[in-house]
Amino acid sequence: MSKVHDIISDPTLTYEQQVLSLARLAENMDDSLARDPEWIEALNEEILCDLGEGLAPYRPRYIVPDYKVLMEKGCKFLNIEAPTDIWEATNALLIFYKHVPSITSFPVYLGNFSKLFAPFDTDEKQTKKALRLFLQHIDSTLTDSFVHANIGPEDNRVSRIILELTEEMQLAIPNITLLYNPEKTSDDFGVASVKCMLATSKPSFANDVMYQQDAGSKEYAIVSCYNSLRVGGGGYTLPRIRLYNASLKAKDANDFITHVLPNYVQIMLKNMDQRIRYIVEESSFFKSNFLVKEGFVKQENFTGMFGVVGLAECVNHLLDSKDQNAGYGHNEEATNLGLQILDTIHDLVVGHKGLYCEGCNDTYVMHAQVGIDSDGTENSPGVRIPIGSEPELRDHILLEAKMHKHFVSGVGDIFKFDETWTKTPEAVLQIIKGALTSGMRYFSGYNADNDVVRVTGYLVKRSEIEKLRNNEASLNQVTMFGKGAEEKGKALSRKIYSE
Amino acid sequence: MSKTAIVNKIIPFSNVDGPGNRTAIFFQSCPFRCLYCHNPETINLCVDCGECIPTCPTHALSKVNGKVVWDSSKCVDCDTCIKVCKHHSSPKVKTYDVQTLVAYIKEHALFISGITVSGGECMNYADFIYDLFVEVKKLGLTCLIDSNGAYDFKQYKPLLEISDGVMLDVKAVDEAFHQKLCRYSNKVVLENLEYLQSIGKLVEVRTVLLPEEDEQNTKTVDYVSKHLEASIPYKLLRYRPYGVRPEGVSVFGMKTVSEAEANAYKKIALMNRQGQVYVV
Repeated sequence: MSKVHDIISDPTLTYEQQVLSLARLAENMDDSLARDPEWIEALNEEILCDLGEGLAPYRPRYIVPDYKVLMEKGCKFLNIEAPTDIWEATNALLIFYKHVPSITSFPVYLGNFSKLFAPFDTDEKQTKKALRLFLQHIDSTLTDSFVHANIGPEDNRVSRIILELTEEMQLAIPNITLLYNPEKTSDDFGVASVKCMLATSKPSFANDVMYQQDAGSKEYAIVSCYNSLRVGGGGYTLPRIRLYNASLKAKDANDFITHVLPNYVQIMLKNMDQRIRYIVEESSFFKSNFLVKEGFVKQENFTGMFGVVGLAECVNHLLDSKDQNAGYGHNEEATNLGLQILDTIHDLVVGHKGLYCEGCNDTYVMHAQVGIDSDGTENSPGVRIPIGSEPELRDHILLEAKMHKHFVSGVGDIFKFDETWTKTPEAVLQIIKGALTSGMRYFSGYNADNDVVRVTGYLVKRSEIEKLRNNEASLNQVTMFGKGAEEKGKALSRKIYSE
Repeated sequence: MSKTAIVNKIIPFSNVDGPGNRTAIFFQSCPFRCLYCHNPETINLCVDCGECIPTCPTHALSKVNGKVVWDSSKCVDCDTCIKVCKHHSSPKVKTYDVQTLVAYIKEHALFISGITVSGGECMNYADFIYDLFVEVKKLGLTCLIDSNGAYDFKQYKPLLEISDGVMLDVKAVDEAFHQKLCRYSNKVVLENLEYLQSIGKLVEVRTVLLPEEDEQNTKTVDYVSKHLEASIPYKLLRYRPYGVRPEGVSVFGMKTVSEAEANAYKKIALMNRQGQVYVV
């Protein structure tokens, strides 16, 4: 039982983090989830990865409740009446959040604050006070940076208060995304969001035009890192393929596209089927959880997320480009091969009949995963250009925008700006607009000098990483991922764009 | 479109050359010889002496038909050629025709509010710039002129009409001091200050504050702030020695103007006018 002992004696874990670690250990002693030998072999070879979902999934990975239901009807199971003012609304949500499961055991979606609170924003002073306490409560109880809220696309007073408090309070949690739509989001709101982003690394900008088009008549939300999922639904599972590791199995690019890649994609799709079947049929979640019974989520609004990392290194390996600065992101041959690989994955994913995802046309959705610390520098997040070989800003954006098309369930990059841009937020907004119009799905930015920094998709405080280095615990359970990503993946060393 | 211009540098995304994100184009050559020039390699056209050629560590320079030619694909931007140039010039320039430059701007159009032509002194290429603006306007972008005011803008009415305005440097109001500083008269500069305002085409005025030149700084800031409409921002730029050539450093030294000193001049300006005054 040395693993148990390791956990209970670790001074850098808080009590809650120890409980969750112990629970994970217990899950992984089970063997009731069907797993094929090919999957296990690919896991051991680190070509496929289960992203910590373990051997006994007992809830969907990401749950995206429809909080409008809570606002309109309250919740019987939690004895919450429909709120009538800002205090009741924030209190109802704070109670509710603690009962929304996820892979991290913290809710990955907190709702669209602009919309949820607008009906209760009758007195600016009261709203501000309530939201200040609300944000403080979230930061110190939902201690995980994958906790994510949305604002926009339309401007309103609540949105402005959220931006103002976010900038003032400098908290890593929650992550915030502005659903940006040039038709609906005013430039003034856009500029205010950029100012906030440069001061505290959030909000990020999601391409509302593209995501809404994918979602059709349904509502979507940006959750966890930057996953786009249905409101009133979510994502069952998110395994990943490490494209670089897979490419090492191929004789050449053609062999990769025609044999190696399809083989691993099929192994992963089959594992997704098995895992989803287990979550829906074996675990009690969809049978008895109040979220399902009271209509906060519907099973048919869930789908499986097909995760991809390491496109850059995969392409560079297949084209034998030793110099990263001349490889992916810098030449057309690499771009074309990258697109061909993504098209291949996309065709296989949409050609596969997904299980229990009726609301998503019976298909799983692609997700450009942000990487985990153990990926090191061999598999860059999703389709990103590797850290250290970023081209000029415009070329960086245009190249990646081409790669974003198929990632219906989320993809994005982080752009690091120097101090001068804080004086010209309208210039940054112009760049973001250009990026989104070019087909980029998600744009994050931060100022190189911030304490709250964006690691690969989530936010941590540099000062909290220092705590772990000094062998102290950090309340945010994601700080340790940030530390690992900085040390092993150079994640905080993204090129700083100046001028 | 046979007109061409020599361009020293293009900054695709600039947030310091006018409002919003802009593509800034720096043209080669300038009628002024400012002692404190921060990019003196833009002052003159290359005379093809070739002295820089053997100093290039990556052999990116050569002479073809008597002309110095720069191969940008070999260049590592170490700027050795610029450091050894005795003529305040640079071999690292490109000759553009309007069409090629417009094609470049088009590729950036989604990301910018407009373009700013600067230098050197962009008005050395006024005809070219007019043709450029005609095309860039069709892309829905704004066009600003960043100028030292050496040319009499009254003579360039069509260009002004199509442009979105001029950002003008007023380096000194004292004629003798301006002569010493820039080896050029300021008479036309001060006329431009009035004229551009009268036709609504002045968008910004800048003055560089010099170390230990209190009297001249005060004179210039006082004059400009009294002659500038409230709607037009006035920027006070602090002298910094970076990039300044030795003859300039020998006069102004390695000092910078402190923020506190700059703020004192800002106070003077604010006593004279209602409009915005920035210290940069």
